[in-house]
Amino acid sequence: MNTIFALAGVVIKDLYRRKDFYVLFVLTALLTLLAGSTTFFEDKRISGYLKELCLALIWLATLVIALTTAARQIPAERESRTIFPLLAKPVTRWQVVVGKFLGSWLAVGVAVITFYLFLGAVTAARDHSWPVAQYFQAAWLHWMMLGVVVAMAMLGSVLFSAPSVNVTISFIVVGGILMVGQHLHKVALRLTEPAQTLLTLLYFCIPHLEWAFNYRDLLLFEQPLISWGVMAGATGYWIAYMFAFLIAAWLVFRRKSLSVG
Amino acid sequence: MSVIVKTERLRVEYPNRESRNGPKVALAGLDLQVNAGEVFGFLGPNGAGKTTTMNVLLGFVPPSSGTASLFGIDVRQPIARQRIGYLPENTYYYKFLTAEELLRFYARIFGLNGAEADKRIAELLKLVELEHAGKRQIKTYSKGMQQRVGLAQALINNPELLILDEPTSGLDPLGRMKVRQIIQRLKAEGKTVFFSSHELGEVETVCDRVAIVRQGELRVQGRVSDLVQQHNCDLEKIFLKIVGYEINALP
Ligand SMILES: Nc1ncnc2c1ncn2[C@@H]1O[C@H](COP(=O)(O)OP(=O)(O)OP(=O)(O)O)[C@@H](O)[C@H]1O
Ligand SMILES: [Mg+2]
Repeated sequence: MNTIFALAGVVIKDLYRRKDFYVLFVLTALLTLLAGSTTFFEDKRISGYLKELCLALIWLATLVIALTTAARQIPAERESRTIFPLLAKPVTRWQVVVGKFLGSWLAVGVAVITFYLFLGAVTAARDHSWPVAQYFQAAWLHWMMLGVVVAMAMLGSVLFSAPSVNVTISFIVVGGILMVGQHLHKVALRLTEPAQTLLTLLYFCIPHLEWAFNYRDLLLFEQPLISWGVMAGATGYWIAYMFAFLIAAWLVFRRKSLSVG
Repeated sequence: MSVIVKTERLRVEYPNRESRNGPKVALAGLDLQVNAGEVFGFLGPNGAGKTTTMNVLLGFVPPSSGTASLFGIDVRQPIARQRIGYLPENTYYYKFLTAEELLRFYARIFGLNGAEADKRIAELLKLVELEHAGKRQIKTYSKGMQQRVGLAQALINNPELLILDEPTSGLDPLGRMKVRQIIQRLKAEGKTVFFSSHELGEVETVCDRVAIVRQGELRVQGRVSDLVQQHNCDLEKIFLKIVGYEINALP
């Protein structure tokens, strides 16, 4: 466990010593501030619309942070050859995969918390109410869902040699799931066999990331809280996917010859 | 006398996509044995398979056939690396960390924390003469300084066996001498040192035994003193003879 945390610590140090991370961070914070604090609009519909825009921004920013951070980890270790002194220590490749995953996921978590706190504070200043529990649930679901994204990008990073290819493909897959994931089985019904069975199977296999996306409604329309049982269930569901992707990543990485010639 | 490093009929083939001649054979059945307490020099021309052998010992590259073990444990098990220190051929470390942070990170992997780790890190930085630069990010280091950080990280766990891939390359004469002194000091502490080098004079002074490989095959293995006596010339001439130069053509 110590090794995994040590590895995660290095990921986080790397991130906060890089400048590109700050650019994205500052940019989104600025946009949120701009959109969230607009008081010219008395109309409830418009301020709701602005809030939705802010949330969309937060989603986009966290997805970009998650994907680019996770996709870079193992390829960067190989490219800079830091993997050699590392694996020459009694470190297993499973620990490398999990440590890198954990570091990226925690870093993304910091971004999520910051963004939600920011949005909450900005809207609370205007509406004089802060539904803390709703924010917590929305942020939690968001973070859990990003865990799956990070794990998926880790798998991609050992499958594809170029990080840019991995980021692009992961982005398309995640975007695809967010947009059409929940409709796949309905689409399937209109198809002929075997496409119907295949698509239905796919529907049951993919991690339903859009589920967390839909719970933005918690914040947008001040919906009642999700029951904590359902929260726990959703958490378990996504953790299962994280494990599945990490195990797959390890199975690929384990057999990789690491010589650079 | 216990055997620390052992390879038997070790063969490594690298896949070769460009050429139709089939895979590239980097090691062709190498038998090597390094005993406890020895300083062992691993020699051979460029491309002979020295780094490849070390890559197998460290588990980076799987053998195509044959076996390799450290302390009698198959190299495929990470536990075999508990008591070793490794310095890669070219040093590459996390450039955004300081030397202290880097060493603390590696110390944690060996379960060394807190005051114990701090003490060890201070000792090592002193040993490699980087105590004044320990708080600077590694990206600001010169090549020689990076090489010395590499040596420090290789010693973090007070290893029984050191595997050093060209430890003196890129160092100035003073730096080389320091590395030689460190190797001799480790030997005096009873450690085993397995290192590759192209500096034959240096090898002759610090090594007990040497092996010379060529094209993935072992050509000579033995005590330095025996070899010198047997061939009646210095190590450099022996080396040149073995790798195929006409000895008479030499001045
Ligand atoms: N990843 C790789 N893919 C294909 N061939 C490789 C790879 N790595 C090494 N080789 C080949 O294997 C052979 C042995 O290489 P190795 O790096 O072990 O040599 P070396 O003895 O360390 O040489 P040097 O003294 O230059 O460091 C060389 O012919 C090299 O071209
Ligand atoms: Mg080499």
